[in-house]
Amino acid sequence: MTDLPTQRLDLKGVLSGSSRTAAADDHSVGMSYLESLPRRLVTLYMPLGIIVVVLLFPFYWMALTAIKPDEQLLDLNTYNPFWTWNPTFKHIYKLLFGSYYPLWLWNTMYVAVCSTVLSIFASVLAAYAIVRLRYRGAQWVGGLIFLSYLVPPSILFIPLATVVFQYGLFDTPFALILTYPTILIPFSTWLLMGYFKTIPFELEECALIDGASRWQILTKIVLPLAIPGLISAFIFCFTLCWNEFIYALTFLTSVQNKTVPVAIVNEFVDGDVYRWGSLMAGALAGSLPLVILYAFFVEHYVSAMTGAVKE
Amino acid sequence: MADVALQPRTARRPIREASRWDLIKANRNYLGFWFMLPAMVFLVLFLAYPLGLGIWISFTDARIGRPGAFVGLENYEWLWGDSIFWLSVFNTLLYTSVASVIKFAIGLYLALLLNENMPFKAMLRALVLIPFIVPTVLSALAFWWIFDSQFSIISWSLKQMGLITDNINFLGDVTWARICVIFANIWRGVPFVAITLLAGLQTVSPSLYEAATLDGATSWQRFRFITYPLLTPIIAVVMTFSVLFTFTDFQLIWAMTRGGPVNATHLMATLSYQRAIIGGVLGEGAAISNAMIPFLLAAIMVSWFGLQRRKWQQGENND
Repeated sequence: MTDLPTQRLDLKGVLSGSSRTAAADDHSVGMSYLESLPRRLVTLYMPLGIIVVVLLFPFYWMALTAIKPDEQLLDLNTYNPFWTWNPTFKHIYKLLFGSYYPLWLWNTMYVAVCSTVLSIFASVLAAYAIVRLRYRGAQWVGGLIFLSYLVPPSILFIPLATVVFQYGLFDTPFALILTYPTILIPFSTWLLMGYFKTIPFELEECALIDGASRWQILTKIVLPLAIPGLISAFIFCFTLCWNEFIYALTFLTSVQNKTVPVAIVNEFVDGDVYRWGSLMAGALAGSLPLVILYAFFVEHYVSAMTGAVKE
Repeated sequence: MADVALQPRTARRPIREASRWDLIKANRNYLGFWFMLPAMVFLVLFLAYPLGLGIWISFTDARIGRPGAFVGLENYEWLWGDSIFWLSVFNTLLYTSVASVIKFAIGLYLALLLNENMPFKAMLRALVLIPFIVPTVLSALAFWWIFDSQFSIISWSLKQMGLITDNINFLGDVTWARICVIFANIWRGVPFVAITLLAGLQTVSPSLYEAATLDGATSWQRFRFITYPLLTPIIAVVMTFSVLFTFTDFQLIWAMTRGGPVNATHLMATLSYQRAIIGGVLGEGAAISNAMIPFLLAAIMVSWFGLQRRKWQQGENND
């Protein structure tokens, strides 16, 4: 009994993405030997190379601008703009010690973690109820939740601003912590529903016969088996929070409360011609936490993205 | 020893009748209600209620800090005669259609390329997705710098190559500004389309291609008659998402142009923000954002029925 869950877990980890490539590898040797190397060079490697360079160039440019000395930034003729031989950390230093940037990072992190935890809690319960309790009308509720995923923040921000004001949350982190779940819950419920469906019903029946309550089944059987799904949902929700802009722009007014995206757009953009270095340093530092998180959980990330679409 | 172990430690409790409370506790609907409660509280308080409230606000003359009185369709009538509003509708449609079509084309192409067998496949796939991970506003700022009117690296490179003599005023010229924001949107959207379509591609069995090749199918025919039909359901879903999120885009425009030059890149979302929050006229802003709803519903309907038809053709039952 003890090794059964771990076995399932492995299977789930495999299902969630890493195996997909492995399974494809077995087959996809298939017909590729029919193509010669020069042909592949033109039809595959060249277009792929161009696309990848275009996709990654803005990040290179961001990083380069963040470490270039000011005089090189604006003088494109004496120095080659694509490289610098004397990097400076002045912009990053100014960012970390001369502005509220660390505070903004902290705000973003705080809001993202709190609203992600809240929404995962709510959506685990909701997804389990829809998939396994199958109360009357569960199908309809599932459909409604999917529809609510399609309601964009740009329609809601005006009425939400008045609601947030009425509840006395305006210009506090709670304005964001409580409104972000409306974006996250539909997504993660939908994702977790897919995961819960793959857990064999027999396990739950066994537990029910042994006298477990629904809550015990959820916490002791279903959740341990759905850990890959939970990680996927968590990472994706966290990224969505970090990326959210319009609510943060509308609901927060004081400088100390802002999140990174809003603060950079509003506080760093001034008339100064030399702003570019610190602006790009700020953009880079704001993206790094997500990129690092992504580097560790690529497979979970991809399965979250595709999982939500496939259902 | 065995006897001791087998003996019940306590006297067995008599089996009692299931009380009404026990029955309720096991009732699906009752349990379902409590399990759904947290999610429902959030969605009703912060999604359903504001959605209704937004429609109500658009029928009032509300301003920031002052609840409005009912004015009927006045806001909508005013918008009907407002050329800037119609310009924003035009911009939104242009932005959405051009960006979606190109995103789809490049995304599908990239997915097909990534589906090939090659060295460093996993790493390439991971790299491709990075633009989608990084917060839109932050990458939009990078584009703002790349498209700077004086110090643009693109202008510089073109000048070095001798193709142009003067800097291109990327974000200051009406046509160029539109091209730039559309380009930035495509740049951010392509990885999402490519990676989700790639996941769909990997479910297509390679033996189908082998069989078709033996039958003498060209690579275009293989794509047209195998890949495309099998991929249609996932294409429909991905493109629905893509169209919806492009149509309601706000942050990219706000970070790059704020609707300028001369409102040439104002989308409906940015215009409603400008009128409602900066201008303070909540009623009119709400009317603009509500004007997006019919378009969104149309997009959802098209993809929904497209999906249904496809299912029916493939012999699955309509559910």
